[in-house]
This record gives sequence, C-alpha cells and structure tokens, in this order.
Amino acid sequence: MKFIDFVSREAIRTCVEVDDKEQVIQAMATALLESGKITEDQRESIVEAILKREELGSTGIGRGVAVPHTKHPSVTELVGTVAVSEQGIDFDSLDGEKVHLLFMLVSPPDRPGDHLRALENISRQLRDETFCRFLKQSQAPADVWQLLEEADNNEFV
Amino acid sequence: MEIPVVERTVVISNPQGLHARPAEMFARLALRFDSEIEVIRESLRVDAKSILHVLTLGAGQGTKLVLHARGADANEALEALARLVDSDFATDETLSQESHG
Repeated sequence: MKFIDFVSREAIRTCVEVDDKEQVIQAMATALLESGKITEDQRESIVEAILKREELGSTGIGRGVAVPHTKHPSVTELVGTVAVSEQGIDFDSLDGEKVHLLFMLVSPPDRPGDHLRALENISRQLRDETFCRFLKQSQAPADVWQLLEEADNNEFV
Repeated sequence: MEIPVVERTVVISNPQGLHARPAEMFARLALRFDSEIEVIRESLRVDAKSILHVLTLGAGQGTKLVLHARGADANEALEALARLVDSDFATDETLSQESHG
C-alpha cells in the first residue's frame, strides 16, 4: 500500500501548534472534515474513538512519530491524513520523545488487512531517517505531499 | 567467543494481525530483557525492541515469525514473547481493543 492510497492530500496540515494530544487529534479530524472525507457527525465520534484507543496505550511509536487511529464503522474505506508540529506534542511515547509527525488512520472494522498494510507502509518508510527528518521539517502541506509521493516511488528506501 | 542464538518460531493467530497495540506490547515486553532480540519474517529482519521496526513486519493473521535472541536472558525473553503471541496478546483490554483497534 502506498501513501497516496490512504492520505487525503487536502487534509494534510503543517505548523500545527497545539498544547496536547487531544487538541492535535481534534485538529486532524477537523482537517478530514474540511477536506470532505468525513462529516460533522462522524468527526465527533471518530475523535472520541481515537482518544479511547489512546487510553489503552499511546500510539506514539518512537522517533517523534505517532499513529493515532481507530477502526470506525462509519467509513467504507481507509481514510488518513498527516500533521506536522514543529514544537512537538507530549504523547506518552515509549521512548519519551515529543511527537512532531502524526499519521491519523480511520479504517473500516472489516478490513484489518488494509489497516495493517498502512501501518506497515508508514513504519517501513519512516525507518529512513532522511525521509522522517524531511517530513518533520515540512513547512507546507505541499512539501509533505511531495515527500510522500517520493517515498511511494521508492526514492528513500 | 560467539554467544549462541536462541531461536523460536511463532504464528500470529489473532484476526487483526500484529497491529499497533500488539506491536507496542511486543516491543515493550522485549525491552525488559537485556538480550538482543530480532524478529524475522522471510527476508525481513527487525529489532524486537522497536515498535516502528515490529510494525514493518505487516504481520497479518497466520504469519509465521522467527524470533532470535542472543544474551544471558535469551531463553526467558523468547519464552515470554512466545507466550504473549500465543495468548493472542490477551490482556484485560483485549475486548475493548477489538472494537477500537
């Protein structure tokens, strides 16, 4: 699975400066709403489900990256977006580092394979330090999109 | 002198596969041991102590993984990790995990 298969271009946000985990999740869900990927009703329920999932254990996977997600019955295909925060957000990550790069995934509950392949793609690409650093340094959504496209064309790994 | 490698094969049996929460539990458990631990899926070989690495396995239901450990507590480490996988990553939270991913 490639980034362009699940990341909504119009919902990418950079320079997201918020105080905490809940706010960044709200901001990303709002971005999905603004890009037309989800509705207002879905937004509220998705944010709630993602926060509940975070209570089970942080999705901060290390290297300043988090993958907040939920399997949500209201979506029929995998919906995702990216956010970048220069100042970083406390996310209770396993390695204790602040999170600067977030991939949000909302996937249909009956498609666990797609969810797994998206996680696999994100983590495989982010193992490349240059790609990871460039993404965190992105100042505009267009920069993020370009990097994702380059990664999809195997320019990093 | 070369330290011997302890090996063990496990099969992912939960329907959701080795997604974020199981990967986190797996890496967190591996971190408790001093041994070097690797997880191998075919030609892919990753560090068991990194969630990022474990997630790159993309291990769905039925995937066979080989665990390698090297160090003083290698046997205990693989025993514990195999038990976690065999339990389908069972915890008190398993039920809510099913519905929230």
